Amino acid sequence: MAVSTLTRTAAQERRRRGIIAAVFLVPAFVLFCLFFLGPAGLGLLYSFTDYRGYGDLEFVGLSNYQQLFADSEFYTALGRTIIYTVVSVPVGYFLALLVSALLVARSAKGKTVAQVIFFFPWLVSPIVTGVIWRWLFGESFGLVNYLIDGVGLSPLKWAQDPNLALAVVIIAGSWGGTAGTMLLFMAAIKNIPTSYLEAAELDGAGPVTRFVKIVWPLLAPTSFMVILLGTIGAMKEFAMIQALNGGGPGTSNVLIVQYIYKTGFERSEIGYASAASMILMVILLIIAVIQTRFDRSDLN
Amino acid sequence: MRSMPRAIGATTLLWVLALAFLFPVLWFLLSSFKPGSELFTWPLQLFPRDWTLSGYRTAWARFDFAQYFLNTFLVAVITTILTVFVSACTGFALAKYRAWWIQGFFLCILATTMLPTEVIMPSTFAVILGLGMYNTLAGIIVPSIVTATGIFMLRQYFRTVPDELLEAARIDGAGEFRIFFTLMLPIAKPIIAVLAIFSFQWRWNDYIWPLLVLNDQEKYTLQLALRSIVGAENIDWSVLLSASVISLLPMIALFLIFRRQIMNADINSGLKD
Repeated sequence: MAVSTLTRTAAQERRRRGIIAAVFLVPAFVLFCLFFLGPAGLGLLYSFTDYRGYGDLEFVGLSNYQQLFADSEFYTALGRTIIYTVVSVPVGYFLALLVSALLVARSAKGKTVAQVIFFFPWLVSPIVTGVIWRWLFGESFGLVNYLIDGVGLSPLKWAQDPNLALAVVIIAGSWGGTAGTMLLFMAAIKNIPTSYLEAAELDGAGPVTRFVKIVWPLLAPTSFMVILLGTIGAMKEFAMIQALNGGGPGTSNVLIVQYIYKTGFERSEIGYASAASMILMVILLIIAVIQTRFDRSDLN
Repeated sequence: MRSMPRAIGATTLLWVLALAFLFPVLWFLLSSFKPGSELFTWPLQLFPRDWTLSGYRTAWARFDFAQYFLNTFLVAVITTILTVFVSACTGFALAKYRAWWIQGFFLCILATTMLPTEVIMPSTFAVILGLGMYNTLAGIIVPSIVTATGIFMLRQYFRTVPDELLEAARIDGAGEFRIFFTLMLPIAKPIIAVLAIFSFQWRWNDYIWPLLVLNDQEKYTLQLALRSIVGAENIDWSVLLSASVISLLPMIALFLIFRRQIMNADINSGLKD
């Protein structure tokens, strides 16, 4: 008798706590539905219509997708985005790793000040980052070409050559992205037990060997996260390029999110832009699934 | 003996990199103090020949910076408060209550990092329009409240709080909401500080939502105002450089005040947003 009362109250208590948990989760759930699930569903719906942002929408079946697969501008945007991602993610990763390694190196001097310098770009918005690098790499007025000219070489066409323009984007992106990644690495390095490193030191391992053989492998979970988030971040790069060169010269460096923005908002082809969004979502999903396969860390 | 060359090597490499990181900002900052004529006169010089604030004065006079500051500040502060509160509620529930649907919701939140909303902006815009938030500051605040990073940070933090502490409070007769407000929120202060700083920075520097949502110039945030200068047919560099520097000042102040919290933030759980 007493036992059954007790279990009933335990079950009631569980239910009561479930309700309380639901109350705590309501705000996030509502916002999640409104600004994630809703738009995703709506986007899927729009992608099968000729919606232009006003008036009625008419279903056009798969025609947006068929058109998209034949759209050379879309392929260029996608191709450029992939090139940008494939180059900028490893560059950003190793740059941040090198900076973090130096910032924990016992023998390096002036680390506190250097850390502030490396961190500074974190404060700078993507738009201002674009401005800073546009100013430096201006074709006819920038300091870089001035210096190139000064050593007797011919100035480079940073704005007119699509590949050089993309190179500037990659440099600016790495400059802006290092700080955040560095914070992640430094936090992870701090959590590595010093006894591991002391043991290696007793065995005669130098600082470089210690970092490469012990610290770096132990950073694997952080590395996984940095690469995954870096990839997603690069795939959706938009603001910095807006200020840096607007996707130029011409439309040669229009990346995929800018392409979606242009078709959806400047040309007001919401249906068509939504189809492009859906394809980008599928690509991101595939990237996430592939990368999670390599993940040895457990988010829990 | 062996460590001398090593120290020189590490220090040199560190400082070569640091100067490479510093130089673009230095050039940008020093250029903003040059008069317009000097910006494009060769030979270029690192330091201005005549130091001047004329770029700043023109920028301040030509654009309604006070308004942009106010707008950006309002958006950043309100969003940050809401983000912290919602992340704390959600993180607490995800960490301390167990049910299959709670786990399921956690996975949904994580999925939002993999599939960011920028990607589906045409339809998100339609939702904002449908909610009557077009061309209002609320239209940039409300969609930005939920961030996977914030929820994840708080969840990880609350998981480190022992369950016994909750049980003890329950035995003392405290209700779940009282436990949350009087026990859990104060415990989470350090991580809340970190999230608040991060959130403020995200919102201060945000570009894509203001671009989509705001139409009237008087509602512009700083980033949009800067974009309108840099997007002009003929860029007025003198104004652009000064305006960009002005937009940075609050972030620099934030950094100077909270340097310790930012640099020591244990964000191994920290995603970027």
